[in-house]
Amino acid sequence: MSDAILKVEHMTMRFGGLVAIDDLSFEARRGEITAIIGPNGAGKTTVFNCITGFYKPTTGMLTLTHGNGDTFLLERMDDFRIARHAKVSRTFQNIRLFSGMTVLENLLVAQHNRLMRESGFSFMAVLWPRGYRAHEEEAVEKARYWLEKTDLLHRADDPAADLPYGEQRKLEIARAMCADPVLLCLDEPAAGLNPRESDELNRLLLSIRDEEGLSILLIEHDMSVVMNISDHIVVLDYGKKISDGDPEFIRNDPKVIAAYLGVEDEEVEELAS
Amino acid sequence: MTDATRETPPASGGKLAEAVRESAMAALLAFVLTSLMLGVRTVDAPGGLGLQYRWHLVIGAMAVVFVGRLLLKLFWWKEDGGAPAAVGAASGRFAALTEPLRKFAAPALVVFAFVLPFLPIADRQIIDIGILVLTYVLLGWGLNVVVGLAGLLDLGYVAFYAVGAYSYALLATHFGLSFWTVLPLAGILAAMWGMILGFPVLRLRGDYLAIVTLAFGEIIRVVLLNWVEVTKGPDGISGIPRPTFFGLEFKRFGENTFHSFFGIEYSSMHRIIFLYYIILVLAMITNYVTMRLRRLPVGRAWEAMREDEIACRALGINTTNTKLTAFAIGAFFGGLGGSFFATRQGFISPESFTFIESAIILAIVVLGGMGSQFGVAVAAIAMIGGFELLRNMDWVKGFVESTFGIENFDPNEYRMLIFGLLMVVIMVWKPRGFVGTRMPTIFLGRERKAISGDLVKEGEG
Repeated sequence: MSDAILKVEHMTMRFGGLVAIDDLSFEARRGEITAIIGPNGAGKTTVFNCITGFYKPTTGMLTLTHGNGDTFLLERMDDFRIARHAKVSRTFQNIRLFSGMTVLENLLVAQHNRLMRESGFSFMAVLWPRGYRAHEEEAVEKARYWLEKTDLLHRADDPAADLPYGEQRKLEIARAMCADPVLLCLDEPAAGLNPRESDELNRLLLSIRDEEGLSILLIEHDMSVVMNISDHIVVLDYGKKISDGDPEFIRNDPKVIAAYLGVEDEEVEELAS
Repeated sequence: MTDATRETPPASGGKLAEAVRESAMAALLAFVLTSLMLGVRTVDAPGGLGLQYRWHLVIGAMAVVFVGRLLLKLFWWKEDGGAPAAVGAASGRFAALTEPLRKFAAPALVVFAFVLPFLPIADRQIIDIGILVLTYVLLGWGLNVVVGLAGLLDLGYVAFYAVGAYSYALLATHFGLSFWTVLPLAGILAAMWGMILGFPVLRLRGDYLAIVTLAFGEIIRVVLLNWVEVTKGPDGISGIPRPTFFGLEFKRFGENTFHSFFGIEYSSMHRIIFLYYIILVLAMITNYVTMRLRRLPVGRAWEAMREDEIACRALGINTTNTKLTAFAIGAFFGGLGGSFFATRQGFISPESFTFIESAIILAIVVLGGMGSQFGVAVAAIAMIGGFELLRNMDWVKGFVESTFGIENFDPNEYRMLIFGLLMVVIMVWKPRGFVGTRMPTIFLGRERKAISGDLVKEGEG
C-alpha cells in the first residue's frame, strides 16, 4: 500500500472563456507510474503545466508530499521553485535541450542548484578553484551514471542537437533525472520513437521506478507504453476526468472506449487482446 | 540555388549576356545610391546656396561598379553561389592553411601584449593606441558576458562605463580617494547600476530589451549632462588625479616621484607605459574571471539560458538571478574600464559616453563572434587599431591628393564609411563573427572539439 505523492483536488484552469480543465481531482501514488491519457485537446499538457508551475490553475489545490513528510502546495509556487524545492522534474512534448551545449554540459546544467551551493555561488570558486573540483567530479560521475543508463556515454562530448531524435528524448529524461527529482513528469516521452526505441524507453522508465524508487507521471499516446508500464491511468476528455484506475479497468471501461478509443469494434478487440 | 539553375543559360554567349545584364543592374543601383550623394553638392552662391553638379563622379562610380561586377562575375564567381560562397571557399582555404597555428594565436597575442612597450617599434603613439585598444578589449569582454554568454542584447553598455568613470572622477576630486581604492568601488557601483537596470528589463526579450537598454544608456548620459551641481554638466570634470605606483607619482618634480625613487631619469613615457600595464592587467583579470565563470555553474546557466530559458526554469534555475548576475558582472567590468578611462584622460564629460560608444563595443562583440574571448580581442584590435591607423596614413593622403587632385583629403573622415563596409563584409563572409564556434566547457573524453556555430543559439533577449 503506497501513499499519494501528488494529490490534485478540484483543479480548474480557464483561459478567458475556455475551460481547459474542469474540476479535476486525482492522485499519483508514490513509487508508481501514473499515466494521463486522453484524446487531443483533452487538457493533458495543461495539467502538466499546472503541476510544474508553468501555469497557475484558476482554482484547486495541488499537494506534493515527499517521503519524509514535507508537503508543498504547488499552486502557490513559481515554476523554478517547484523544480528546486518540491523536486518535480519534467520533460517537454517538443524536446527542449540546450542544443549548442554538449550532452555532458546539459546534464551538468541540470545539477545547477547543488553545484551553485557547493561552488560558493560560483564566485568563491573563481578565487579558490581547488575546493570546487571534487564537487564537479561528483557531478560528472552522476552524469556518467545516467549516460550509461541511457546508452549515451559515447555521445557525451557531442552537441545535443547532433543526436538523433530518439536519443534526444532519452537525453531529456537523463537531464531531468540529474536534477534529483522525487516526481518525474514526462510529456509524451514515446512520441516519434520507433517500436525498438519505445521498448527501450519502457525498460528505462521501469528501471527508474524500480531501482531509483521514483514516482513517474506521464502523458502518452502510445498505448503499448501506457498499457505495459503504467500502474495507474487517469483518462481525460474535454478537461474532465472520465475514468481512473489500473490498466485492466481502463481497458474495459465503456466510457473510455467510447470517448477516447472510439467505438469501432476492431479497436476495442485489439486493445482487449 | 534553384534560382541559379533555372536562370542558367544554355550557351556560353548567353553567359556573357547574363553577366552584362547583371552588371548593368548593379550599375543602376550604383546610380541610385550615388546620384544625390556624389552627383549634387551644395556650394555657397551669391544670394544663398547653390547646387554644383558633378555628374562625372556618378558616371565614374557607375563605370567602376559595372566593370568590377563584370570581372567578378566572369572570372571569380565560377558557377552560382555568389559572393558568400566564393569568399567562404577562399576563407576556408585560408583557415585550413592556418589551422596548425590556431592553437598558438591566443598565447602569442598575450605575450606580444606584455612585451610591446619594450619592443623597438613602441613609441608614444603606439603605446597610446595600445591603451585605447586594450580599453575596448576590456569593454568587449565585459559586454561579451551579457550578450555573448547570457544572450541578452544590451545596447546601453556605455552607461556602466560612464558610471565607472564618474564614480572615480567624483570620489577622487571631492574626497581625494586614490585610483586603487576607487577602482573596485567603481566596479561595484557599476554592478549595482547593472542590477538596477536588470530588474525592470527581466521580463523583456529581444527587440524590447534592446530598446530599454538603449534608453537606459541615454538616461544616464542625460542625467550626467543636466545634473550640473554634481557632475558640472557639459563642462565635465577636469583635474582627475593620475594613478600612482605604490604611492609614487609620475611627475617631473615633487616629493614622491617614480623616477627619483628608482634613481632614473624622468621620462613622460613611464606614465604611459604604467597606464598600458594597468589596462593590460585589468583586461587579463576580466578574461580570467570570465573564462573561469564559464566553467562554473553560473556560467553554464548563462549559456543554458541563452539556449532555452524555459528548460532552465524546468530544471530549477532561477533565471531572474541568473540574468541579474550576468548584467552585474558585465557592468562591473564596464565600471573598471570607465574608471581607467577617467584616470587616463584626466578629464571626462558626458560627450564621451554617447550611443556610438555602445554601438562600437557591441560591434566588437558581434564581429568577434559572440561568446568567444579570442574573437572579441581580435575584433577590438582590428576595429580600434584600424581607426587609429587611419589617422596616421599620410601616404594615403598624399596618394589621393596627387592622383585625384582632391585637396585636404583626410582618411580619418571616412572611418564610419569603412566601419560600415567592414560590417557588411564580415556579416557576409562570417555571419557568426571571426570565431563562429563554441568551445564546450568540459569534456569527458580526450578529444576537444568545438561546436559549430549553427547549433548554438544567439538568445532571444
